[in-house]
Amino acid sequence: MNYRDTASMTTHSRVVRGFSRALLLAAVADAFRKLAPRQQFRNPVMFVVYVCSVLTTLLWVQALAGHGEAPTGFIFAVSLWLWFTLLFANFAEAIAEGRGKAQAAALRSSRKDVVAKKLANPSRDAFITYVPSSELRTGNHVLVDAGELIPGDGEVVEGAASVDESAITGESAPVIRESGGDRSAVTGGTRVLSDWLVVRITSNPGESFLDRMIAMVEGAARRRTPNEIALTIMLAKFTLIFLLACATLLPYSIYSVQAAGSGQPITLTVLTALLVCLIPTTIGALLSAIGIAGMDRMIRANVIATSGRAVEAAGDVDVLLLDKTGTITLGNRQADAFHPAPGVDERALAEAAQLASLADETPEGRSIVVLAKERFGLREHDLERLHAQFVPFSAQTRMSGVDMGGQRIRKGAVDAIERYLVAAGGHLPAALKRAADDIARRGATPLMVVDGHAPLGVIELKDVIKGGIKERFAEMRAMGIKTIMITGDNPLTAAAIAAEAGVDDFLAEATPEAKLKLIRDIQAENRLVAMCGDGTNDAPALAQADVAVAMNTGTQAAKEAGNMVDLDSNPTKLIEVVEIGKQMLITRGALTTFSIANDIAKYFAIIPAAFATTYPALNALNVMHLATARSAILSAVIFNALIIVVLIPLALKGVAYRALGAGALLRRNLLVYGLGGVAVPFVGIKLIDMLLVLLRLA
Amino acid sequence: MNANDYLQLALYLVALLLLAKPLGDYMALVFADAPNRVTRLGARVERGIYRACGIAADEDMGWKRYALAMLCFNMLGLLAVYALQRLQPWLPLNPQHMAAVSPDSAVNTAISFATNTNWQGYGGESTMSYLTQMLGLGVQNFLSAATGIAILMAVIRGFVRHSAKGLGNFWVDLVRSTLYVLLPLSLLLSIVLVSQGVVQNLRPFAEVPVVQASSYTEAVKDEAGKPRMAAAGHEVTHAVPVATQTLPMGPAASQIAIKQLGTNGGGFFNVNSAHPYENPTPLSDFLEVLAILLIPAGLCLTFGRMVGDRRQGWALLAAMLVIFVPLLLACTAAEQAGNPALHGLAVDQHASALQAGGNMEGKEVRFGIVGSARWAVATSAASNGSVNSMHDSYTPLGGLVPMWLIQLGEVIFGGVGSGLYGMLAFAVVAVFIAGLMVGRTPEYLGKKIEAYEMKMASLTVLLPCVLVVIGTAIAVMAPAGVAGVANPGAHGFSEVLYALSSASNNNGSAFAGLSANTPFWNVLLGVCMFLARFPLAIAMLALAGSLAAKRHVPATAGTLPTHTPLFVTLLACVVVVVGALTFLPALALGPIADYLGSMR
Repeated sequence: MNYRDTASMTTHSRVVRGFSRALLLAAVADAFRKLAPRQQFRNPVMFVVYVCSVLTTLLWVQALAGHGEAPTGFIFAVSLWLWFTLLFANFAEAIAEGRGKAQAAALRSSRKDVVAKKLANPSRDAFITYVPSSELRTGNHVLVDAGELIPGDGEVVEGAASVDESAITGESAPVIRESGGDRSAVTGGTRVLSDWLVVRITSNPGESFLDRMIAMVEGAARRRTPNEIALTIMLAKFTLIFLLACATLLPYSIYSVQAAGSGQPITLTVLTALLVCLIPTTIGALLSAIGIAGMDRMIRANVIATSGRAVEAAGDVDVLLLDKTGTITLGNRQADAFHPAPGVDERALAEAAQLASLADETPEGRSIVVLAKERFGLREHDLERLHAQFVPFSAQTRMSGVDMGGQRIRKGAVDAIERYLVAAGGHLPAALKRAADDIARRGATPLMVVDGHAPLGVIELKDVIKGGIKERFAEMRAMGIKTIMITGDNPLTAAAIAAEAGVDDFLAEATPEAKLKLIRDIQAENRLVAMCGDGTNDAPALAQADVAVAMNTGTQAAKEAGNMVDLDSNPTKLIEVVEIGKQMLITRGALTTFSIANDIAKYFAIIPAAFATTYPALNALNVMHLATARSAILSAVIFNALIIVVLIPLALKGVAYRALGAGALLRRNLLVYGLGGVAVPFVGIKLIDMLLVLLRLA
Repeated sequence: MNANDYLQLALYLVALLLLAKPLGDYMALVFADAPNRVTRLGARVERGIYRACGIAADEDMGWKRYALAMLCFNMLGLLAVYALQRLQPWLPLNPQHMAAVSPDSAVNTAISFATNTNWQGYGGESTMSYLTQMLGLGVQNFLSAATGIAILMAVIRGFVRHSAKGLGNFWVDLVRSTLYVLLPLSLLLSIVLVSQGVVQNLRPFAEVPVVQASSYTEAVKDEAGKPRMAAAGHEVTHAVPVATQTLPMGPAASQIAIKQLGTNGGGFFNVNSAHPYENPTPLSDFLEVLAILLIPAGLCLTFGRMVGDRRQGWALLAAMLVIFVPLLLACTAAEQAGNPALHGLAVDQHASALQAGGNMEGKEVRFGIVGSARWAVATSAASNGSVNSMHDSYTPLGGLVPMWLIQLGEVIFGGVGSGLYGMLAFAVVAVFIAGLMVGRTPEYLGKKIEAYEMKMASLTVLLPCVLVVIGTAIAVMAPAGVAGVANPGAHGFSEVLYALSSASNNNGSAFAGLSANTPFWNVLLGVCMFLARFPLAIAMLALAGSLAAKRHVPATAGTLPTHTPLFVTLLACVVVVVGALTFLPALALGPIADYLGSMR
């Protein structure tokens, strides 16, 4: 596969959307394959249905032999629909898995075994041996040249290159990978487009990021999450109650027939039908599909979670730690205003600032030029023509500027400029210093401009809060999640930005240690913390946090420490992750409620049908006026099977999530799925009954 | 129902709530860990008891040790009651020379009183000596109630404590609930009851002349004991004059007070509180029925205080009332409406100045419809089981109410202690469902509800249901079981279902109409009573042990509040739905078929 093929494949089909025909057909085949008893045994609710299906089939065979307890056609119909119930459940699971499988296949094609250039020592000029990538081990060094696939996960130790990571991220724009710093991690299966890299391999075969990703989307690594286990226990409890309530109905019925001296005891067929209708088959059938679909939603959000447990924990998060830059504010500050020194014209300040920034390619520098043009219509000059000499920013002076003729314009942080002025025999006017303090208090950054030892004024650089972020924080607050902004800014600036963005709290002048301590302090109050990070110095905090989203652009250490990786490297994704976690739980809860609420209508269908021969007065309970006893039972069984199919899209898509407080959310969901669950089957069963009568099947 | 009916019911509820609050606050002080003005009052007596019994009162027991102490203590009590019954002919205080109780009946009764069920297969005044009544049954009335409260306290501490191993000390909880709660309240109530005419003595039964002599006819028997036949083919009879009657005596008042307060319900006399010496006047009736729900209601508020949020206690009480009040009205209305079989006949069933109206079969005239229905609903809501009317004679719907209240798992007030810890198991289930629906790992009172808690709560909810349906199945299949059934058809089935429901939920009331003092019934019901009490209590202690070890999660806006009307509604719905879904088919074959059949 050449590069172009890879790119087109990944951008269009890495994320499989909707259901293709092939996907549906494969799911149908899988549904039958899953009828193997070993598969069914894992789910107590559906296993009961399985046993019931086998039992009714045997009863049908018995009826065929002429010893039927009920008409052969009736037993056959019940038996058939019980099998359908099972198949529908299997189908739901298969279709949820299907999407993952398709994605895994796409990923697997990137995991081709390539020939790696193994280096004898970590240097470009070292001796090269050609080995298959599957033989690379942690600690090996390889050389990757332009156009080659990177043979395994690793850390760049030498060189810089543009890398196409679309096979993993789906993003076709190449990214820069270089040694040192926070952009040194590379992923196996991605392709170097230009230049070369020396990579130290950090994973053994079968343990790479791609392998883990494939395992995740395939569901091979899917273990049941804690809440899913607790829910299964509760469903098993209900199943057991209904199993006993139905099984004991036979002796009750035999006794009642004797005592009343009329009618027939309830048949095994009807008893089985009643049992399957009562046990929570709807949620039982869709439970695993909901879990798989939750993971799938994560993958479609381009987040790879290492476990379902992490996804579920995301729903429980109490505190979100968010980096200011990139999450709350746009990555760059922008010049917002010129504040001239006393006696200096604002235009003169703008002009000097513009000159000092012309060669400054940073976004901040460019924004100064833009502001000068906007405010005073200053055109851009050509530095060469002006015979100006650019003085670049250095860590020592912490200033940049331009020397031109007699002018020595410098711009920089207030304290740096003040030191420069004092050294040059000048001083910073008190008014200017106050102006700078005011700017800082507003959450903006003051940038002082001087010409020689003459202070010209201050440029106000403002952090730009991302659009809509304030509303997202308000939603978080409604959900009971506290947001804390992490920033390296001073407390004054941090407070102002925090107020403007609407976060609940902030950590200013944050160091990795302070961050780690904050997480530990919050956890000591038994709250769950979520954070995202990318740098190696984020790794300890990522490892400590309960939900840790590492940026895919980040270092290998960060990715190892986190329990999720965001392929888009978008820190705002954390909020989405929390919502997906909650949505997964809500979907389970809603369908459980719906499933159990359904039983009320089913009782009204089946009890009169089962016992009216003994006590004709019980026909008064047939409030739906179902045509006959058999049509009533059959309608209930058919409804019970079809509702699974009807709810598959909901299980896969998840219940619509709204950022509401717990009380409001519960009220809403109880109304929709509780009351809805009571009402819907009355209508559904009646309609099916009418249809059966119409088709003369009853 | 008329205004008078509503007024009587309202008066009852108001009195109950007014008394529950101070009692709840008082009990919170009694069981507080730190010494306070209440526990200082009896500190010396307490210390004396601990010293005499060799109890290390400051030992903090883990859940297993707590459960073991509870179990051993109750087994010992069970053995004592058994021995007293078997040995009573040779023991003092037996003026009527009662014989030894049969082994199966003695076992049944011993289990019944140790489990706070007080199912009675025997008739008190014709079976038990005064010593057995006082030392066996009376003492167990106190101890089984105190055990229930003690377990509840351990469960509450599970919610209150965090990162803790211990749940308190069983012996201290037992002593305190007896010393500070049950004894003083019983003393007070028994004195008032004596003032109303409840007997309290150790005298032999009294033989008194009747006011109006009468006679009855009896068949004349030959030497072989067969009726002598006259030549015309009919039996030869003769009139037997009746000039005197036997009035049973005994230490009734002291036992009745605790049987009402401790949700025991085992009557001193066979007909329980329908007997004029147990419950002579409308006032005694009001006080006794008030005593049934008093401690269970108070404990809800104790719970609220102990977990540091009174609203939580009121919420649980509200959830109970949400179910209790409608059923109280339904039962009263069904009985006041009268017997449907008599509709259309020349029978006046309306309430008037001269008659209570309604279905008076099996009811005492001095209590009327409301006094009887109120008692029936209270005694089945709480796991009391005492009666002042015969539930078997209720209209089908009127009888359905107490039966279904029992089947709800005895959590609508329920037994002292046991009712509330049963309700807490339901609350755990409700919180779990609700937690999922708001997208958070469920928390109740700051404790995360996870798989282990779900397992224990499910077990607690499940066990009584299982015992009822399986027990009933065994009874209706076994010839020995069916032999005890008095009525044909659906009503007979109701009698069986009621008996199993009563035993499997430790209620103890009987529908009547079932002859249950046979080896079969004694064993079946004995097993049900035992399994419904102790495994369930142990499951709740295990749940509490797990909760106590957990850390406390602070509440946020994302935490589901559990004191709101919404949660109260949800909790009530979970209780009703579990009860309805489990028992609807069985009820359809019993009271519902009975009712619908009588309508035609």
